[in-house]
Amino acid sequence: MTGRFWRALARSPKATAGAILLVAFIVLALFPGLFAHDSPTAEAYARNLGPSGAHLFGTTGLGQDVFAQAVYGTRQVLEIAFGAGLASTVIAALIGVAAAYLGGFWDGALSLFTDVVLVIPLFPLLIVIAAYVHNSGTLVLIAVLTLTGWSYTARQLRSQALSLRNRDFLAAARVRGERAAYIIAVEILPTMSSLLVAAFLTNALYDVLFASSLQFIGLGDPNSVAWGTMLYWAQNNEALQTGYYLQAIVPGAAIALLGAAFALLNYAFDEVGNPALRPVRARRRSWLGAARRIRRLAGA
Amino acid sequence: MTEPHSVTELLRADHLTRHFSIGGTLARGTLHAVDDVSFSIGEREIVALAGESGSGKSTVARLLARVYKPTSGTVAFEGRPLSAFRSRRDALRYSGQVPMVFQDPFSSLNPVFRVSHGVLRALKLHRPGLSADERRAEAARVFDVVGLGAGMLGRYPHELSGGQRQRVGFAQALATKPRLILADEPVSMLDTSIRIGLLNLMAKLRDEEGVSILYITHDIAGARYVADRLIVMYAGQVAESGPIEDVLAAPRHPYTQLLLSAVPDPKAPPPSLEALAAASGERGEPPKVIDPKPGCRFMPRCPVSIDMCGQVTPELKVLGPGEAACHVAQTGAEVKAFS
Amino acid sequence: MLEVSGLTVEYAATTKAGGESPVRAVDDVSFDVAAGEFVAIVGESGCGKSTLLFAVAQLLSPPAAITAGSVTFRGQDLVAMTDRRLAAIRWEKLSVVMQSAMNALNPVMSVGAQFADALRAHGMSSRKAIAARSAEVLRLVGIDAVHLKSFPHQLSGGMRQRAMIAMALLFTPDLVIMDEPTSALDVVAQRSLMTQIKELQREIGFAVIFVTHDMSLVSHYSDRLMVMYAGQVAEAGPTRRIFDNPLHPYSRGLLEAFPGIRGAKVPLQGIPGAPPDLSVIPNGCRFAPRCPAKMPECETTAPALLDRDGVDVRCLLYAPASAKTVPADNGPGEKPRERAQ
Repeated sequence: MTGRFWRALARSPKATAGAILLVAFIVLALFPGLFAHDSPTAEAYARNLGPSGAHLFGTTGLGQDVFAQAVYGTRQVLEIAFGAGLASTVIAALIGVAAAYLGGFWDGALSLFTDVVLVIPLFPLLIVIAAYVHNSGTLVLIAVLTLTGWSYTARQLRSQALSLRNRDFLAAARVRGERAAYIIAVEILPTMSSLLVAAFLTNALYDVLFASSLQFIGLGDPNSVAWGTMLYWAQNNEALQTGYYLQAIVPGAAIALLGAAFALLNYAFDEVGNPALRPVRARRRSWLGAARRIRRLAGA
Repeated sequence: MTEPHSVTELLRADHLTRHFSIGGTLARGTLHAVDDVSFSIGEREIVALAGESGSGKSTVARLLARVYKPTSGTVAFEGRPLSAFRSRRDALRYSGQVPMVFQDPFSSLNPVFRVSHGVLRALKLHRPGLSADERRAEAARVFDVVGLGAGMLGRYPHELSGGQRQRVGFAQALATKPRLILADEPVSMLDTSIRIGLLNLMAKLRDEEGVSILYITHDIAGARYVADRLIVMYAGQVAESGPIEDVLAAPRHPYTQLLLSAVPDPKAPPPSLEALAAASGERGEPPKVIDPKPGCRFMPRCPVSIDMCGQVTPELKVLGPGEAACHVAQTGAEVKAFS
Repeated sequence: MLEVSGLTVEYAATTKAGGESPVRAVDDVSFDVAAGEFVAIVGESGCGKSTLLFAVAQLLSPPAAITAGSVTFRGQDLVAMTDRRLAAIRWEKLSVVMQSAMNALNPVMSVGAQFADALRAHGMSSRKAIAARSAEVLRLVGIDAVHLKSFPHQLSGGMRQRAMIAMALLFTPDLVIMDEPTSALDVVAQRSLMTQIKELQREIGFAVIFVTHDMSLVSHYSDRLMVMYAGQVAEAGPTRRIFDNPLHPYSRGLLEAFPGIRGAKVPLQGIPGAPPDLSVIPNGCRFAPRCPAKMPECETTAPALLDRDGVDVRCLLYAPASAKTVPADNGPGEKPRERAQ
């Protein structure tokens, strides 16, 4: 099964690009000290410096090194992405697939519960919760994002599981005497593995964006080292208006790049899950062939 | 060919009935999938349950497998009625003694696991006394019996052909040391040229492993090849039953005659244009039996029906070596409805 | 009317090692179909018959592609044609009936709407004309016109297949290609459909190419029969002659795999083993590992298609005695693996 995943990754250039990006971020998160020599929190430098040899991306309005902040901030955002992403996917899988498989009363009850949670407006809810638990650390953010994020995925996974429900091997398992919990966990979920990974990647992507957004509007811990917080301070500092662009662009670009990594990775699993999406790989295209085709189209 | 012999009864269905309520709020109705079906299956015998789609044969299988509960009627296995099963242990024991083999080789095996998965799980659930090594040995043994060989245990379903996957299905059923295997159209989705291999396997299971098989099919020729007895179903009811050679040699119910006439026999000379034209007139479809009125359900397609057929539902009565549910046949007259 | 000559279809496939090794699903197949003829193509799953059908109808999509040969329909080469000209021919002169109506019919459109779609796509615009033609083709196949309003799932299996055939006849084509149209049906519905097709053939005069794995089904209906094995033609000729006296051991095995309804009950064997893996083309005859009449030269010499008095057969049993030829060069090959079927 894992062999399938690696092969799926290798075959899709988009996914390979995404994987490389993600690995780069993970390395940054694990070994920040190797890359940034300054402390991210020390307000040791002159303020609002532009990029230079000493400060790759300049300094913030408080005299902190922007590059160091970006590098050290990777850890928190990855913790949130993986933590909340995984937790919400697991909850969504259990609830969605159980609803699809059990059917009848249980499907009705679980679906109703899912729908209620789904309908609650997400962002205002996040704001209310985050404001209530002020100065929230990473763990609170993860919890909040998980609790609000599982319902959409649960509906998706439920409809996908519904289409799988009539496969004979599930009937065979039931007739064999297996319990429902076993069938859901062992017989159904593994066949949905690529769908689950795709759901996880989507959740991770949105968690990155939501977490950063919360921090940007000031609901995170303003003293933490995080990309969203960097944006918050940049906004406070009127960085864009006053020409210190890098203070805003660097965290923004980092968020975008990490989101892109997850999105690109998702391409591989779309294709694994749905062979119809696989691109036609005829012969290896060469630059020469492309040039020839362009000339032909142009009528030469 | 097996001689008629008195068999110990293994499973008995009495007046088995299963209705489904269908339709939306405006047009509710009751679908009579299975109506008043009675038959028995003995030890070491293969009973073929034949009929078109919609005849109720698959529903009968699912009733016997306890996927559905009967609307009325009883099923007794080794003398004990299925409704008496209360505990999970009873249900588990029954599903080990009466396992099911499914029709579609492409969806009957979980693609994520090796083909040994189902067999090993069945062993774990139903023969808990075995150690892990003993389970593996037993899995190898049943794979040998079905003609796959122990080397196939490590393969994945997509590496196997349709025929091989169906053999895995039989291996899974065999693992629990069953008394009766419910085979729901096990060869219908296989190429005709490889059906013979599986039919031979079923005969072998009866002769060497002592297992009875309920072989559900719409292929009469294949049924004749392996089965000892034949039950013909139409529109949820039993039309005719009896020892297979007798039923095929002298079918009494017009529907059985229709089925037999429709089986292509490549070795026979091709039919004349007139015969073809006459045959093409038979375009009837089996009815969807929703809220049926009394009377014979085959009457719309029957060329020899009499008045009584429209008023009184025929009952299965003994006729010769078998039974038939046809008013005309029960009068003693010879029925020649379709040639 | 249809001439297929030397048709070869290959799937570009990558081996586990990463190299490219095309799989030849159809290897040098030639056959003709005359007007009004019923030609049956018979073989096990994987023998290439469906691929051949798609190739003839120009419905192949990458990675499958026609790499050699031609398909000439009424004098025009279909392989070289552009999509636009193909679209004009499709359905008006040549139509296709797929294997499963549930997969081919749109489940959310009524039958009548789908007919209207097809009619409009080929230029018919008057609502009255569309309704009239739709009702007429349904009548031809024995379905009441009231079912134009029905959705596919409301029709029984037999009726759905008939609706598919009706759709294929909307423009009274010259050739109808059918890919196992009866595989999902019971024996009574099957016979009803086959006689219907034969009747329509007599009434309208189209030719039929009928692909199936069930030889007995076509025994009474087809004029000519082509048996395929592992992408090649094993035997081809008039149906009755092949049934009465099958030449190729594979055809013989296929015919014997049918238990009879009447007559003595004999134990049958079927054909042991499984078709070869086409990514590894063996030297010699492809059927040799499973052949009961195998000779030593069968493993090294690939037999050519020979004409035996009107029946083409690809088997060394019928090669002229003097042809102890050099082993054909089929490229690198290994002995095919033995497997239970």
